[in-house]
Order: sequence, then C-alpha cells, then structure tokens
Amino acid sequence: MTAAGIIFSNIHDATVPELTSRRTMASIPFGGRYRLIDFALSNMVNSGISKVGLITHYNYQSLLDHIGNGKDWDLARRTGGIKILPPFITAYDNATAGRLYSTRLEAIMGVMNFIDRCTEDVLVLSDCDVICNVDIASAMKLHEKRGADFTLITTTVDTAVQSLDSHAQLPVADETGRVIDMAEYNGEQGSVKVCADIWIVNRTYLKRVVSEAVAHGYKSFYKDVIMRNLAKDKIYAHEYDGFFARINSLESYFRCSMRLLDPVNRVNLFYRRNQPIFTKVRNSVPTRYTGDAKVSGSMIADGCIIEGTVENSILFRGVKVGKGTVVKNSILMQDTVTGDNVRLSSVITDKNVVIRDGRELCGCESMPFYIGKGVMV
Amino acid sequence: MFKKKECVAMLLAGGQGSRLYALTDKTAKPAVTFGGKYRIIDFPLSNCINSGLDTVGVLTQYQPLVLNEYIGTGLPWDLDRNYGGVKILPPYQAKDGADWYSGTANAIYQNMQFIERYDAEYVLILSGDHIYHMDYSKMIDYHKETGAACTIAVLDVPLSEASRFGIMSTYDDGTIYKFTEKPKNPDSTKASMGIYVFTRKKLFDYLIADAKDPNSANDFGKNIIPTMLGAGEKMMAYSFEGYWKDVGTIDSLWEANMDILGEEPVLKLHDGKHRVLSRHENAPPQYVGPHAVIENASITEGCEILGTVKNSVLGENVRVLEGAVVEDAVIMGDCIIHEGAHVSYAIIDREVKICKGAVVGKPRGEAKGITVIGEGVVIEENGIAKDGEIISDKGGAM
Repeated sequence: MTAAGIIFSNIHDATVPELTSRRTMASIPFGGRYRLIDFALSNMVNSGISKVGLITHYNYQSLLDHIGNGKDWDLARRTGGIKILPPFITAYDNATAGRLYSTRLEAIMGVMNFIDRCTEDVLVLSDCDVICNVDIASAMKLHEKRGADFTLITTTVDTAVQSLDSHAQLPVADETGRVIDMAEYNGEQGSVKVCADIWIVNRTYLKRVVSEAVAHGYKSFYKDVIMRNLAKDKIYAHEYDGFFARINSLESYFRCSMRLLDPVNRVNLFYRRNQPIFTKVRNSVPTRYTGDAKVSGSMIADGCIIEGTVENSILFRGVKVGKGTVVKNSILMQDTVTGDNVRLSSVITDKNVVIRDGRELCGCESMPFYIGKGVMV
Repeated sequence: MFKKKECVAMLLAGGQGSRLYALTDKTAKPAVTFGGKYRIIDFPLSNCINSGLDTVGVLTQYQPLVLNEYIGTGLPWDLDRNYGGVKILPPYQAKDGADWYSGTANAIYQNMQFIERYDAEYVLILSGDHIYHMDYSKMIDYHKETGAACTIAVLDVPLSEASRFGIMSTYDDGTIYKFTEKPKNPDSTKASMGIYVFTRKKLFDYLIADAKDPNSANDFGKNIIPTMLGAGEKMMAYSFEGYWKDVGTIDSLWEANMDILGEEPVLKLHDGKHRVLSRHENAPPQYVGPHAVIENASITEGCEILGTVKNSVLGENVRVLEGAVVEDAVIMGDCIIHEGAHVSYAIIDREVKICKGAVVGKPRGEAKGITVIGEGVVIEENGIAKDGEIISDKGGAM
C-alpha cells in the first residue's frame, strides 16, 4: 500500500493568538529546536511516505523558511518530496476571489488537484497542533487488513495533564475498533479517549465523500464527512499510546513544553527506535557553559552561552544567559539574550527578545508571562 | 560542460595521522572529531566556502570510508554544485597502471586533469589537519598582485619552537630566499602553514618534472618548493595572523579542543563571517538533569548530563549518568559514561562505553599523560585505564 501525506498548517491557529500572530501553527517553535510541523512531517517520513502536500493559509513565510526544499526531512525529491500548496484562489471567479478557505473541507477541496494527481492508495492527513511520535506504518497495515475506508488515530489523555477544548473529538468504538459514534468534548474530567487529528484515508474514498459533502453544502469534516458515514462506511479507530500533547492555548503550550523535562516523556517523544524527529539544521556551535554556570533539570539547544543559573527551563538555539542571571521554569526561544543579574520565572520569550541587565519578570504556571518576538525589555 | 574557475582548491586528506594513534585506526585524520560537532576537515572546507571558493578536490587515500560518507555531496558546506562543488579524488587505475599517491605532490600530479577541466589559473593546496579560520581570497589576491609562481602562507612562531616547522627566510618584501625543513638553528620565525597558492602553469611544469625524477619523494615540502626556489622562481610568503593549530598529536588535539572553552575562548568557532559548517546528526537538544554539575564545558545536541562535567568538550549523544565525573576530557560522540565512573584528562573516541565505577586516567596535575580510548572500546565495570595509556579496539571488525 502506498501513501502520500497532507498537512494542515493553519487549522486551530486562533487558539494561540500570541504565538501565531506572525506565524502559522505549524511553525510555532517547540522543544528547544523544533517547530510543531516537525512532528507531523517526521511521523510521515518515518512511516515511508515520500510525498507530502503542505496546505498553507496565511502568514506562511516562517513556514517556508523552515521547510526550505525539504532536504532536512529527506523530502527534496525529483519524484514526490514536499509540495507547498498555497491557497487556491481563481483570479476571475467573483464568488471566491479574495476569500480563503475557512473550514477543513474547503481546504481539502482547494487541493483536489494535488489529490487527483497522486497515484498513492491512501492519504495520511495530519494537523500541526498535535505533538506525538506515531508509528503510522503499523496503523496503515492494520487499515489495509481491516479493509477500512477511514482510520482515525486516537489516544487517551488525562485531562489533569492535557487540557481539551471543543475542537477535541471523542470517538466511540466497538470491540473490533470500528467507530460507532463521535462526540465533541464537553468538559468531562479524567481519562478521555480523543482523536489525535491524524487520519488514514483511502484516496478515492476521500475524493468521493468530500465532493458529496461539498455538493450538499456541508461544512464540517468531522460532523459531515466522518459522522454521517459512520453507519455505512468502514471507519476504524487506531489507538496510539505514546507521548501526546495538543496545543490549544498559551498555557497549554507552556505546560506541554514543560512535560518534556520529564525524562520519560522526553524519551517517549524523541527516542523511539527508528522514529527520530527531524528538523531544519542550523549551523549552531555547541553550547558553552562558563565556570559560573549552574544548570539543572533543563533542556538546552546548541549555540547557547550560559554564564548564569538555569533551572527547569527550555532554552532554544542561540540563547545567552548572562552573569548572575537566574532563569527558572521558563521557555526562552531562539536568540533570546538576557543581560546580567536578570530574574526570570515562568516567562516565555519569543524569538530575538532582549532582556536588559537587572530586569525581574515573573509569571505563573497558569498564566506564563509572554514577551513577543523581537521585544526589548 | 565545465565552467571556468579562476582558482581550484586541492585538499590533501589522505594522511594517516599515525601520531594520533588509536584515534586514526579506523578514520583518516581529517575525519577525526573536533570541538564536539565538527571534524578537522570542516575547517579548511568552511574556509573555502567562506572565501568564495566553490571548487574543491579532496584527495583521499587512507581509511576513506568515514571521510567519504562525511563529505557526501558537500551539502553542509553549500558545495553541492552543478558546476564545481566538492569532489572526492581517490587514487585510481589508468591505462599505464595504477598507483597509490606516493606523496603530496604526486597526489596533485595524478589529478592534474581535474584542475585542467576547470581551466583554473591558480591552484590552492590545503591540508586537512589544521584548525584555523582564514580568508584564502586575500592570499590569492596577494599572489596575483605580486605575480609570484608560488605563495606560501606563514605564521610567526616563537623562535624556541621554530625548529619544529618548515621555516621560510624572507626579504622585507616577503620574497622567500631560503626554505629549511625543521632547522636546528632557525634564522627566521616564519613557519610554513602548509597552505600554498600556485600559478597553475608553473605548478604543472614542476609536477611533471618531479614525476620524472626517480629519486624524488614527490612531496611539496621536500621536493617541489626547494626545487622551485633553486630554479629562481618568485616565491612569496603570505603572513597570517590569528589562531592556527596543527592537531597532529594527542596533546595538540586536546589543547585545541580546550581552546573553545572559557568566557572568551581563544578559538571562536563562529567568528564574524568565519562560520564553521559541519554535517551533523539530527539529535534532540541536550538534557541537563536535576543533580548535574556543569562547569566550563562545551556540550552539544543529544547529550544527557546527569553527573558532573568540568573543563570538557562533549560531542553528540554523550550520556554522563548519575554520579559519573568527567573532567579535562574530550569525548567525541555516541559515548556512555555509566554511574560512578570517573574520566579525567582523556580523549575518548566515538562509541565508547565506560561501565560503572570504571576509572579512566588520573587528574590532570598527577597524570603522566593524556589517556586515549579508541573507537568502540568498552571499559569494563570497575575497570581501569591508566594515565597516558592508549587503548584501541583490536578485537573489532576492522
């Protein structure tokens, strides 16, 4: 069975306005040196997919810059490889001119050309706000064995660790794994089985059901494409039990990031056998710790210079921590520079932030203090 | 189709580097790991691209597998070009027979065709065993301005050390009148850095003549340079200032690694427009555990530090587990230092495993010398590697 991938780079952007005001969900920095899209892309590449269509919407400069020609994911190919699919707007069509897609269904319709030209049997669709390391190849094998039309990757989350919002879809499956009903998340607590927003779908089947839904004027992918067909088509769930995180607010971004500092989560996400997470290579020098450095419980990317204290924090590439500075429970994105004797606690700094000598900034876990891109404090 | 290139660089990377002992058992010297995430050859290759040279021939001979794999298409250095780029040039079989490269000059002689294809006017000869940043374009400009047949880059060294180098005696204008290899009583402090710019026609004339001489060692330093001087060719010395280190010995390799540490490192890996580019693995960021102690160290991606690391340089994917201590050491990559193990004053090659409670080397003040652990070696539980000892993996697949 052959497969091609499609990634939605912008779905659910609005949930994290702070981080997506100048970038897509797909290009939100995460985990010290990654962008969210790296997880979706790596999952696909690790399962043998070598053709990936990347649906963009707006604000996608940072995404294009990150992806380049796809070489870092081994997707710079003569045949296949990464295809950027910018919004499709027809210049002479008054009905759609200037209007971008607003639903997942419309987004898929917009790339029908790409789907038509694929020759692969199945398509793997993925969102970018989910962070996981899924063995899609095994799921595809099961998909084929079951003779499924549609397989939803599902996972079970603990709401105390992972907050959910109404975007989360809760599938109900019978003992064979066949999905018999779906519900929207309505606030229940504890252990909840949710869709991971990764789907395996037969290509010709997707074309048919999407065209049908559009012909009927339907809007919702979950409600109209999946739920309406639950009874007559073979729609299955496939449970994933590894690390899973979904970003749906700045607070959840902060909490999901901090979960990486737990060695079990870190190993689960980054060290799955034969399933490395790939990202763009930046030629950073190794990180240099001076004699005064004190670092504990932290994840630190290359290119940093650490002269102060760092506790329980995530430092992206090229961060400088000055002398006498103490960084606690914070996330400092790429090229953040802190001066001397700075105090940071529960702070998120976006890229290229400068914090001058002696500043003291403090947020709390449920309300991290966010400093926007390029700001000098 | 080949586009003309004004200057082609030829990088001599075939040497064994026998004074690095266990470190070059399985790898050619230029492919030895340096500074955590680099290989020695990254320095001349990065210098080339930083100097605007985009055509580089790499002459390989000894243990080329790792080196060939590492250079690949040249992508990390932006040297994967349709015209030019980096090309590996191993010894080959020809109509008249097959020869190994018998010396540095012979290696270039056998690849004159490569230089001719680009119709190069100048040839830059580099070696793959030095750590330095240099803008070769300035040296090439100097060569053009002076109209020399050959320009040799020289470094001012202390008089006391001059007898370790090839020493150039020059007039005030930089013209070389005498060249002595490792002189007992040096009359100059200008040491050759092993970097030459030749005017192609002159180079070819002397290479062809040298190849015909059965008594020649086919070496630039021993034969070509003295012969050209003797024939009265215009030879110029180009003075270089800045960091430069021959990392051909265990001690100098260790020292050069330590030069990237400190508040103001002696060797800056990224220095203005001089960036060292390298091919590296895709490893997650380093993780520093809750009880880790890190002081004055250079640590790179994929490392996991749960123990103590002081005054050390760690390469990719090195794990230092709880209670392990690493001090004054260079650890090249993919190594694991188990609980309670103690590593001091050592160079540890790739894929080494140091089991629980093992002791490698002695503290720097007390040690007789640097302990060297070769690629793939396992130091057993509570095992001891003595100070100054060199341990290599003789039982391995090689």
